[in-house]
Amino acid sequence: MLADDLRGMFYIGLKDLRAYYFKPPNISWGILFPFAFILAFAIRNPGDLRELVPGLLALTILFGTSSMEAIAIVFERRVGSLERLVLAPISLPALLAGKVLGGMVFGLSVTLVVLAVALTILGAGNVSWLLLLVALLLSATAFSALGAFVSVAVREVFEAQTLANFIRFPMMFLGGVFVPVAALPLALRAAARLLPLTYSVEALRAALNGEVFMAGAVDLALLLAFTIVLFGLAVCILARRLS
Amino acid sequence: MPDVIETSGLTKTYSSGRGQPGVRAVDHLDLVVPEGEVFGFLGPNGAGKTTTIRMLTGLIRPTSGSAQVLGFDLLRDITRIKKRTGMVPEASNLYDELSAFDNLVFAMQLYGVPRAERAARAEELLARFRLSDKRDTPFARLSRGMKRALTVAAALAHRPSLLFLDEPTTGLDVMSARSLRAMIAGLRDEGTSIFLTTHYLEEAERLCDQIAIVVGGRIVAQDTVSGLKASLQEEPVVEVTLARPDGRVETRRTGGGADLTGTVRSVLDELPGWQVIALNTVRPTLEDVFVKLTGLSAEAMLTEKDGKRQGNAG
Repeated sequence: MLADDLRGMFYIGLKDLRAYYFKPPNISWGILFPFAFILAFAIRNPGDLRELVPGLLALTILFGTSSMEAIAIVFERRVGSLERLVLAPISLPALLAGKVLGGMVFGLSVTLVVLAVALTILGAGNVSWLLLLVALLLSATAFSALGAFVSVAVREVFEAQTLANFIRFPMMFLGGVFVPVAALPLALRAAARLLPLTYSVEALRAALNGEVFMAGAVDLALLLAFTIVLFGLAVCILARRLS
Repeated sequence: MPDVIETSGLTKTYSSGRGQPGVRAVDHLDLVVPEGEVFGFLGPNGAGKTTTIRMLTGLIRPTSGSAQVLGFDLLRDITRIKKRTGMVPEASNLYDELSAFDNLVFAMQLYGVPRAERAARAEELLARFRLSDKRDTPFARLSRGMKRALTVAAALAHRPSLLFLDEPTTGLDVMSARSLRAMIAGLRDEGTSIFLTTHYLEEAERLCDQIAIVVGGRIVAQDTVSGLKASLQEEPVVEVTLARPDGRVETRRTGGGADLTGTVRSVLDELPGWQVIALNTVRPTLEDVFVKLTGLSAEAMLTEKDGKRQGNAG
């Protein structure tokens, strides 16, 4: 049973990567979009570019994982191909985990390209590699689960895009990417604490500043909590929709 | 011969929203499907055919009742059932972006076909369904008939013992439909049990060993094709060919009974000036059985189906 689920999860993720993710427009969008935002911000506020790298990485993961993920399930449901996966001898959580895996691997792949470029230009400095790796992994999982949640919560592809942007854009401006959370007014600071991007940026900043692993432990735990909640909700909603 | 499907009081009621009574799509269905046969499940639109398939394949849960599929309990052993069954839905639903070969390999990956067997099995299925020259063509670029054939091939990739086919030839051209029917007959000859829904009565008559006719979610008749026809034998059908007063020829069918003279007289009484030029006692067709049991003509069923399709497409 577990072996069936793990196998199904792996091949669904692999199929999604081949069918949807690793396509030139998706790759260029995944990399260029966060760069364009950061570049615009850096030109307007020239300063230490290293300060922008955690936000750049977090944005790349967010858009890399969730852009396609948010429409993949609703699209397959519309055209009927999701039924093929439901008919397979695997559980519903394994099916969704496969979907999350596809988004996660793609998001991580484009983020590693962006990380390599950033470190080449700005220098690696004193990076806490273990914390960086875990932060990237947990951020990708949480944002991919967010994409899956959006995709099962709607009935049409255009609704998925609208809902995804409704969630992502406020998160982008409140999550500490451009403006540190501490500099926000109190009410917005409280709102920022409800967003997974905030914890992703903080964990990545701690990693890039070379802090010890435990400095990012709370952020990592919260990213894990977001993953569990979003994934659990996605499974429940999909189960209800399919019945 | 053991039964591959046995249902008892299987019922599915769809919720119609808060405060609204539910819609009962399948109503206490008692069904027995023997192994190694093509079993036809016929009925008009909304009779509960697709809902029954969706329950038996684990896509939806029944509201009540029980079922055994291939000897496994539908509610407790659904994973075992899924491993041993294949399903071809009404609409071909493989992945547009993947090639014919990759779609088959993915189907095998999902069902745990060993890696060493996948490529050879995919090539074998492509050859069998005459798609070898489309091996690397994306699914989106195949013709409708080829898509249908590849969808059947994908459902067979893991060698299921029981195959569900939901309206397999709908929307196909004559040649593709004929080819698919030959494939279905071939599968039965190889020992695969087939549960088939169709609204083409001629197709059901040609392919099926047994047929159940379902109306309003309930089975109204289940027997072999000859058994169903025999149920109408007491009422022979008389085909009267008539010359109209304007010289044109028309054929009419009527329930005859034993009194042929009386039958002809009653026809002529209704049509003064017409002349009988031929008279035949004909054996009832499956269509005659269907019409008697459902009160719906075969043409009306096809029209309904086409209307539904156009509605869906729009």
